[in-house]
Amino acid sequence: MKTFRIGGVHPAENKLSAGSPIREAALPKQAIFSMFQHIGAPAKPVVKKGDVVKVGTLLGEAVGFVSAPIYSSVSGKVSKVDVALDASDTRRMAVYVDVEGDEWEESIDRTPDLVRMEDRPDLDAQAIIEKIKQAGIVGMGGATFPCHVKLCPPPGQKAECVIINAVECEPYLTSDHSLMLEKTDEILVGVSLIMKAVNVNRAYIGIENNKPDAIRLMQEKAKAYPQIEIVPLKVQYPQGGEKQLIDAVIGRQVPAPPAIPISVGAVVQNVGTAFAIYEAVMKNKPLISRIITVTGKSVKTPSNLLARLGTPFSQLIDECGGLPADTGKIIGGGPMMGKALISLDIPMTKGSSGLLIMNDKEARRAAPEPCIRCAKCVSACPMGLEPYLLAKISSQYMWEEAEKEDIVSCIECGSCAFTCPSHRPLLDNIRLGKSTVMGIIRERAAKK
Amino acid sequence: MNLILVAVIVLGVVGLVSALVLFLASKKFAVWEDPRIKQVSDVLPQANCGGCGYPGCSGFASACVKAAEGGSLSDLNCAPGGQAVMEQVAGILGLKASAAAPKVAVVRCQGTCDVRPHGVEFDGVHSCKIQNMTGMGETQCLYGCLGEGDCAAACLFGAITVNPATRIAEVDESKCTGCGACAKSCPRGIIELVPQGPKNRKVVVLCNNKDKGALATKECKVSCIGCGKCVKVCDKFEAITLGTNLAHIDPDKCKMCRKCEEACPRGAIKAFNFPPRKPKAEAAPVVSPASPKVEETVAKASASPIVEKKVETQKESETAV
Repeated sequence: MKTFRIGGVHPAENKLSAGSPIREAALPKQAIFSMFQHIGAPAKPVVKKGDVVKVGTLLGEAVGFVSAPIYSSVSGKVSKVDVALDASDTRRMAVYVDVEGDEWEESIDRTPDLVRMEDRPDLDAQAIIEKIKQAGIVGMGGATFPCHVKLCPPPGQKAECVIINAVECEPYLTSDHSLMLEKTDEILVGVSLIMKAVNVNRAYIGIENNKPDAIRLMQEKAKAYPQIEIVPLKVQYPQGGEKQLIDAVIGRQVPAPPAIPISVGAVVQNVGTAFAIYEAVMKNKPLISRIITVTGKSVKTPSNLLARLGTPFSQLIDECGGLPADTGKIIGGGPMMGKALISLDIPMTKGSSGLLIMNDKEARRAAPEPCIRCAKCVSACPMGLEPYLLAKISSQYMWEEAEKEDIVSCIECGSCAFTCPSHRPLLDNIRLGKSTVMGIIRERAAKK
Repeated sequence: MNLILVAVIVLGVVGLVSALVLFLASKKFAVWEDPRIKQVSDVLPQANCGGCGYPGCSGFASACVKAAEGGSLSDLNCAPGGQAVMEQVAGILGLKASAAAPKVAVVRCQGTCDVRPHGVEFDGVHSCKIQNMTGMGETQCLYGCLGEGDCAAACLFGAITVNPATRIAEVDESKCTGCGACAKSCPRGIIELVPQGPKNRKVVVLCNNKDKGALATKECKVSCIGCGKCVKVCDKFEAITLGTNLAHIDPDKCKMCRKCEEACPRGAIKAFNFPPRKPKAEAAPVVSPASPKVEETVAKASASPIVEKKVETQKESETAV
C-alpha cells in the first residue's frame, strides 16, 4: 500500500466518533464571525450595528487576492462590530449577530437534489473559480488558505492532476470520514468541478485504509467517473500534509520553498473543500457551515456535528453531553496539530475541523528529560530535517544557523515531539525559530 | 658523546632557523592596529552586553576610535560604564565626552496575580517568546508581563528578576546599567528605558494595555484605560500624550509634580523613589506592591511546581545537545 517516503509516525487512532452520523447542531443565540477565518488579509466588515442580516448575507468583504469574504450563517440583527476572542487565542475584529429565526437569502438553493455536471453545461473554468472566490471557500482541512488562489496557478506552471485529501490522518477526527459516507455524490461532483477549474482530466482521492467503508463506497460511486481514482493509503501521520500526500499518491517530491505543489503539477484540495465547492457552485450557497468532530475520551457522545460558523464551542460541547468534570485541556483541531483554547466562548470558524476534550491526565505534558541522542526525531521528521538540532539552535536564538538548517521547511506536524522518548518540547522551540526566521526573511525581502 | 653533541647542534640550528622565519614573517605580515583600541578596550567594563549596539566591548572600542577620526563621540555610549567610563574613553582619544543621561529599565506592568487573574495554565516551554506565540497567555491581557523571565535570562548584571509571588519582572535599580538587553528580549515590549532622573526619581505609566477602556477594565484592575485624566492635569507641561488607549509620559518634559499619579483612577501611574506624601494626600489610589495579600502568596508560590520546573529546564538545557 502506498504512503510517503520519509519519516512519519503512527499515533493511536482513537476515532471515537467514527460511524456516528452527521447531526445538525442547534442554532446559537448569538453568533460571532471573526474576520480572520483564513490565511491572508483579514476580511473588512461591511455591516454595522443594527443591520438586519439573513443566512448568506455578506458580513465581511475580501481585501486583496489572498483573502476571502465572510457570510452570515444565521439570520438576525448585528449587535456589534468589535474585537472578539477567536481560535488563535487573541482578540481580533469580529461581527456579533443576535440570532432571530432562520431566514435564508433567496438566492440559495436549499433543495437536497443532486445537481450533476451534465445539468450545468454553461459552467467554464473562469465561472467556477469566480463562484468559489465569491463563496469565501478556504482550505477546510485546517490550513484555511483561500481556495481560489490555489486554483489559479502562477504563469508558466500547469496543473497535471488534482489530488483530494481525504486522509484525515489526525487521530480522533472523523469529520471528513462522515462527510464521505453521507455526501459521496456531492463530493464527486465537487471534485469534477475542481478538475474543470484547473483544466485537467485526472483526479486522485487519497484515503487512509483505516476507513474501509469510505473507500468501498467511494470506489463504487466513482465508477461513474472514469477520471477519478480512489487511492487507498497506508495509515501514517502526517499523510494529510500537502507535500506528503503528493509523494504518497503520485510519487513526486515537492522541492524546498519557494517551490509549491503546482511546481510538480499537483493541485491538492481537502475533501471538505470539494463538498463546499459543490454547494457553492451548484447550490449557490456560500461557506456558512461545516462538519466538526466533537470528541474526547470523557465526552458522553462523541459526534460529528454540522454546525453553523460562528457557533460558540461551549454550545457544541453541550450538544455532545456537556463538558466532562475531569476536563484538563480543550483543543481546537486534532491532538497533533490543534491549538489549546483558553475559553469556551470562542466561536467556530471555517478551519474548525474538530474540538477535542482531553481529561486532566492526558492533558499534562511529561517533564522533559535530557536528549539521549537517539535520533528518533530525525527518522520521524517527514521533511527530512533534524528536529533536535533545530530546537537547540532556536532555544539559543541562533537564527542564522536555523535558517541554514532550513527551519522554514518545517510543517509543524509535531511528529518529532510525539516520538521523543525524553519528552523534549522540540516543536515549541522549532516553531519559535521558524516564525522568527520567516520574519527575518520577510524583512530582508522588504529591504530589497 | 658525539651523538649528543650532534643532536644539540642540529636542534639548535633548526630552532634558530625557525625563529628567524617566524621573526621575518611577523615583520612581513604584521597588521597594524591602532594602539588606542586596546587602551579604550581596557577601560571598558568588559561585560560584552551589547547594549551599545556593537558586538562586545572590543567592537565598541574600535567603533570609538573610528568615530574619533570624525571628531565626535556623540552617537556612542557605554551604558553599563556610564558617564565616568565615557569620559575616560574621551580622554584617551583626546575628545570631550557628550553628556548622556544614564538610563534605567522599567517594567511597565503591575498586573500581579490578584489584580489580573491567571485563567488558564501554560504547559509549554517556560519562555516568554514561546508563550507569547500561543496568543493571550495565561491571563486575559494581551499586553501584560508573561512572567517566564526572558528578560531575567538576558540580563548580564542580575538586575531583573521575576517575582514568583506576583509573576511580574522587577528591576533592581542599583544593579541596572540601562544596557537595554531586557527591553530587546521582551516579546511584548513591556520594558522601557527611562532616564534615571534626579535622585533616581521618575514618574512612569506602568501599563502597556492598548485595548479600549471597557475591555482593559475587565482584563486587569490596574490597567490604563486611556481616559485622559492624566493628560488634563498635565496641561501646563504637556508631558503626557495619549497613544492607542494608552498614556505615555515624556521624561524630558515631566516636572515630577506627581499630579497625574493622584489623578489616575486606575493606579496605573507610579512615581518612583519619592519621599512619602504628606498625610492628607496619602489616600491617593496607589497600588502598593507590598500589600498583605501579596505576601500571603509568596509562601505559596515559592513552593509551587512551576518554579521548580523552571530550574529543571535550565539544568537540562545545559546538559542536552
